[in-house]
Amino acid sequence: MTLILQALTITPTAGTPLFAPLTLTIRPDTVTTLMGPSGVGKSTLLDAIGGHLAPGFRLSGQILLNGRDVTHLPAESRRIGLMFQDAALFPHLSVGDNLAFALPPSLKGRPARRAAVEDALTRAGLAGFYARDPATLSGGQRARAALMRTLLTRPEALLLDEPFARLDATLRADLRGFTFAHARAQSIPVLLVTHDEADALAANGPVIAL
Amino acid sequence: MTWRAQTQPSRPAPHGRILRRAVLWVVLLGLVLPILAGSFETLRAAFGLHPGIGATRFGLAPWQSLAALPGFVTALRLTLFTGIGSAVLALLLATGFCALMHGRVSTRQGDHMLTPILAVPHAAIAIGLAFLIAPSGWIARLIAPLAGWTIPPEIASVNDSYGLALLLGLIVKELPFLLLVILAALSQLPVNQQLSAGRALGYGRGIVWIKVIMPQVWPLIRLPVLVVQAYALSVVDMAVILGPSNPPTLAVAVTRWFANPDVQMILPASAGAVLIALLTLAATLLWLLAERVVRAIGLWWLRRGGRGLSMQPGLLLTAGLAAAALALGLLSLLALLIWSVTHRWSFPHPLPESWSWQTWHAASWAEAASYSLLLGCTTTLIATTLAIAWLEAEDRSASPRAGWATALIYLPLLLPQIAFLYGLNLLFLRIGLSGGLVAVIWGHSLFVFPYVMIALSDPWRALDPALIRSAASLGAGPNRRLFAVKLPVLLAPILTAAAIGFAVSIAQYLPTLFLGAGRIATLTTEAVTLSSSADRRIVGTYASLQAALPFAAYALALALPRLIFRNRRALLGGHA
Repeated sequence: MTLILQALTITPTAGTPLFAPLTLTIRPDTVTTLMGPSGVGKSTLLDAIGGHLAPGFRLSGQILLNGRDVTHLPAESRRIGLMFQDAALFPHLSVGDNLAFALPPSLKGRPARRAAVEDALTRAGLAGFYARDPATLSGGQRARAALMRTLLTRPEALLLDEPFARLDATLRADLRGFTFAHARAQSIPVLLVTHDEADALAANGPVIAL
Repeated sequence: MTWRAQTQPSRPAPHGRILRRAVLWVVLLGLVLPILAGSFETLRAAFGLHPGIGATRFGLAPWQSLAALPGFVTALRLTLFTGIGSAVLALLLATGFCALMHGRVSTRQGDHMLTPILAVPHAAIAIGLAFLIAPSGWIARLIAPLAGWTIPPEIASVNDSYGLALLLGLIVKELPFLLLVILAALSQLPVNQQLSAGRALGYGRGIVWIKVIMPQVWPLIRLPVLVVQAYALSVVDMAVILGPSNPPTLAVAVTRWFANPDVQMILPASAGAVLIALLTLAATLLWLLAERVVRAIGLWWLRRGGRGLSMQPGLLLTAGLAAAALALGLLSLLALLIWSVTHRWSFPHPLPESWSWQTWHAASWAEAASYSLLLGCTTTLIATTLAIAWLEAEDRSASPRAGWATALIYLPLLLPQIAFLYGLNLLFLRIGLSGGLVAVIWGHSLFVFPYVMIALSDPWRALDPALIRSAASLGAGPNRRLFAVKLPVLLAPILTAAAIGFAVSIAQYLPTLFLGAGRIATLTTEAVTLSSSADRRIVGTYASLQAALPFAAYALALALPRLIFRNRRALLGGHA
């Protein structure tokens, strides 16, 4: 599994391209880190790859995922997972139902789906949290639940938009390890956007400056 | 502007365009077309073209007969005085009150306090106010022992020929609305920093409000103020209840002429309806002109740098008057309730001598109440569905709202109802809808939809885009995102918007009257008709019910999300 960006540029409708054409191959089993000052368009790039580009931006170039051209696919058909700073758990669903939301419909039968969710919760260290209100979780628990939710869809690539930025240093290291380990276990390409040198160091992969 | 960020792929999906077009057509055919066609029919009649009654000579004759009608000039003067006077005074009081209360109540508290008063239909407030201030009203009964009255004093405190009671009624009713929109505008501004900055420069609190805060608030409340203005110039139900009766205000006179057994009166009536529309337009231009003048004078004043520490008393006075107006509104409601359970209450007793549930048991109100309920529920359902479809279409086609779309939404609120309802009914007669439920539902929806749309737009846009992006990246398509994420997360604001729509429908008077052709009697039309009758117990019952239905809707809109999401803390924090 490989995520390839070919001569990608993003241009605001009225303005100049945010960065020079970007060509990049992100291999599975590695975490590629994207660094750069705020406002340079890192998050916009992730949005473009994930299919969430806001109107007012034009995209040129190509995004290839495992040989599929996903450049013009809607976000829901790309199979690209996205993790935000603030977890973005659905506030109206319990923690477990947040995960159930992500399970592919191909997994049939209530017991099987429930078991899949319970299993994911256990792996996230959240056993017994099915019925919990996501608003009552700690920051680290929220991030782990969000990661599990993303991985349950079996994405073919994972985009991380500063997902550790709101956590304190110890928790940050913990969660980094947790995230990278799970991504490697599914052997999917990971693109991490961060401000933090420590994140890049821990990612132990190519570092791109934007 | 991250809050406006959309969640769309780089190419709008085709179903987004289809939904957008469908919504646009529904709004054009269902909302804009009837209003324009109705206005056109009225306009034609105003210039002598009304084949239905044999009028085929184009000309100014209807205008000449309008000007020659007895009481026309007085009616015109009354309309201008009560219409413009009430809007200006209500804005003044609302400004003073907000300046004094800001920071002492949160926007949320303000919402919760004001929305119920806002929900009470105009007619109910007017009837309650009449119960309060009439010569034999509650206030007179309370001060009778001090004044030594044994019979009601001979003061024309209701239906006075100057229109003062109507002016007061309009202020009492419009003040909460203006307070709400000003509070909402203030929540978007860094008021506290600017107040501190201004005061640090030696300006008093009041003067900072006038020189710094209000100029920023005005653009945000301009449209609502114009809506209030349009309403005040064309109001019929409140004017029937509180205003002078002979001659009445122009809108009341026009309504009577339309209903005159002599069908030829329809022509000058149409001219009068067009005149009200023109007055509204003129008033709108006057406000915009006043805005320029005030800006010019204000800048000159501001540049002089006067510290004007003496503004505080003025602020206190307007805030005090505003508080009194709010208190009058609440007392009016109380008066309605008390009268509805009164058995015997002769002057000058401060409270009823004996109580009775008789008018409630008699249940003469049941049919009107069921019509009100039916119309309210149907129109709310239609309007809320359409508003959600519109907002979702905006999301899916990834385009922000164009200026003309906002104008479409406000059109039914800025145009006087009377200017197009008669013409609309002519059209409905032709297609066989007039006098039926469908016609009235349609008519109500014209006014319910804009309010629902306005109430829902801001919370809809304030929804965290990360939620929608997450859902999309988890493989949820547009429909699943709408039904499984957006609608449940936005349940509270959706229900609030629906409750506002329901209240608007319950309050409708003219659309029910004109389009129902007198065959559909709601609580509102009955209450207005009965308001001139002597039996306050029956009127009180109708008006209490009229006020109670929107109240119940709000209570439900508040309670349901709390019940459903009682274990979801993030959704109990409240929405804008």
